[in-house]
Amino acid sequence: MLQGINLACVRGDRELFKNINFSLEAGGLMQVHGPNGSGKTSLLRMLCGLSNPAAGEIRWCDKAIHSLDGDYFAVMTYIGHLSGTKDDLTVMENLRISSALAGSEISADQAKEALEYIGLSGREALPVKVLSQGQRRRVALARLLVCKTSVWILDEPLVALDVAAVKLIQGLLEQHLLQGGMVVMTTHQEIDIAAASITQLQLA
Amino acid sequence: MLMWIIKRDLLLAMRRQSDVFTILFFFIIVVSLFPLSVGPEMNMLRTMAPGVVWVAALLASMLSLGRMFSNDYVDGTLEQMLLSPQSLSLLVLGKALAHWLVTGIPLVLMAPILGIQYDLPIEALFVLTITLLLGTPVLSLIGAIGAALTLGLRGGGVLVSLLVLPLYIPVLIFGAGAVEANMAGVGYDAHLSLIGAFLLMSLVFAPWAAASSLRVSLE
Amino acid sequence: MSINWFKYSSPASFYSLAGKITPIFAFAAVILLVAGLYIGFFVAPTDFQQGEAYRIIFIHVPAAWMSMFLYVVMAFWAGIGLAFNTRLSSMFATAIAPTGAMFTFIALWTGALWGKPMWGTWWVWDARLTSELILLFLYIGFMSLQAAIDDPRRADKAGAIIALVGVVNIPIIYFSVQWWNTLHQGASVSVNQAPSMATTMLVGMLVMVFASWMYSIAVILKRTRVIILERESHTAWVAELQKKGTVQ
Repeated sequence: MLQGINLACVRGDRELFKNINFSLEAGGLMQVHGPNGSGKTSLLRMLCGLSNPAAGEIRWCDKAIHSLDGDYFAVMTYIGHLSGTKDDLTVMENLRISSALAGSEISADQAKEALEYIGLSGREALPVKVLSQGQRRRVALARLLVCKTSVWILDEPLVALDVAAVKLIQGLLEQHLLQGGMVVMTTHQEIDIAAASITQLQLA
Repeated sequence: MLMWIIKRDLLLAMRRQSDVFTILFFFIIVVSLFPLSVGPEMNMLRTMAPGVVWVAALLASMLSLGRMFSNDYVDGTLEQMLLSPQSLSLLVLGKALAHWLVTGIPLVLMAPILGIQYDLPIEALFVLTITLLLGTPVLSLIGAIGAALTLGLRGGGVLVSLLVLPLYIPVLIFGAGAVEANMAGVGYDAHLSLIGAFLLMSLVFAPWAAASSLRVSLE
Repeated sequence: MSINWFKYSSPASFYSLAGKITPIFAFAAVILLVAGLYIGFFVAPTDFQQGEAYRIIFIHVPAAWMSMFLYVVMAFWAGIGLAFNTRLSSMFATAIAPTGAMFTFIALWTGALWGKPMWGTWWVWDARLTSELILLFLYIGFMSLQAAIDDPRRADKAGAIIALVGVVNIPIIYFSVQWWNTLHQGASVSVNQAPSMATTMLVGMLVMVFASWMYSIAVILKRTRVIILERESHTAWVAELQKKGTVQ
């Protein structure tokens, strides 16, 4: 169970939000809404442990995530604004290396399968720098197919994706939620994802 | 894990070989400038050689520090590394080792050739190479702290030199000192052991300090 | 009488406390400085070896001591700030750095002034002078790093790391420079052979050390107050101070 308790965020002199509370059970989806600059990305970075909240605490299974460190990172996958891919590496290398660094090594076959599913078959050996924005996004999202984590924190995962890819990701998220995973995401696109419980978090 | 990060950084360096050569040629040019500035008098050059080669190695190693983390920072792979369940110190160690393999080793290999230009005796060339072999990893390790602290700052490149160069001084003193001692006919074992001690210390502490710095810089 | 010391770890209450005690330290600094300089320049006897030029040590030695001591104090507070996330300690470290750097600079400057009549040259690569120079580099590194970072929380933490790395390295650097210096003897004259000191000289020196202490405390408190105001400018208590017009 992922919990946020009285979270607050301060950027410079400005308080972006305060007293944010939520609790996310297995199979739960939380969508974070808010205008630009309302602190959506800041909140997501807190939830994945990259930054610390100015006040409050984030708990995973009733323990503060900063006390869990590696144990929390082992069950969590974050895909942010930045693609997290290297331009000079091929699609295949990117996926295998990023998975290995995230703690789950995968074979070339597994990687090939995942890339095929996400619609990049035939492009495995291309360096990422020749891909389009949408295709780069797919390379980043391919990690979700091969990781074995239960908490997915996704910052605008649908940006630059075409209709078919959005459908694909939607299906992927629904399947993950069905299997008892959790998803926290922000998106400006309207998307209906079926889930056991859906929380809508509105930031001012 | 350690292997993966080293493999990754070496692969990236292979795809960008020009970067490696730029650093190496910088090293060669700096060393070659000294005879042009002080004159070709061989006796003087011989006494200057260890210091010149070492200072040039310091500068070359420092110049390439900017790239240790900043490319990964820009494309988001660094934040993914911070979220890895494996220890971040280990990751930083891997990156520092890769940095050394890519920038340090070429300097070590080139040093004897530059030493010949300065008319160093064979044995001194050998000592110079050994000290560089032991000392350049210390530069990469300490440099990692500076690179991590200045990540994403404006003017980070110049700033990193202010932070890191004073910390390089002990390695410089004993690195160049060993060669001088050898040329003066004195033993240089103590120098080597001390550089070895610096290497061990930086292997233990630097990755940890650099890892904390990365967490601070990415928050 | 019981005082709740923890109360003063909050910037707001520390601000008012520091405001009250700063003048005391400043006053003490002026008195001690005048006394110390008087003893140093008028009471202390002329050194039979070094003549009048030796009197510069009344400034040089306290400055050199303070420069080293303040770096350790700075690293200590920066480390506390990093470990316990206490903002005030980090502000303290930031406030100490310029004073430390100033003392380092004074030590170098007066060292050069002393070196000219003693050694016949402004600069000698003496182990102590060289270490002092490197210390100045460390101070400058700390201050430049903090100045380059916009986010004060990141500046505090990054500064703390570099200060701690510096503190670990200072003994190593000092030792290396000593070794280097003994290997390259000949150019330098050792400062260790200073003649034994007359009592008045010692008294003058100690008074000057206390003066430097008082000065440092006063200036650091004052600077901490400014940093507090800057960082807390968005808070209610600063707004209140401004309304009352008591922000000095």
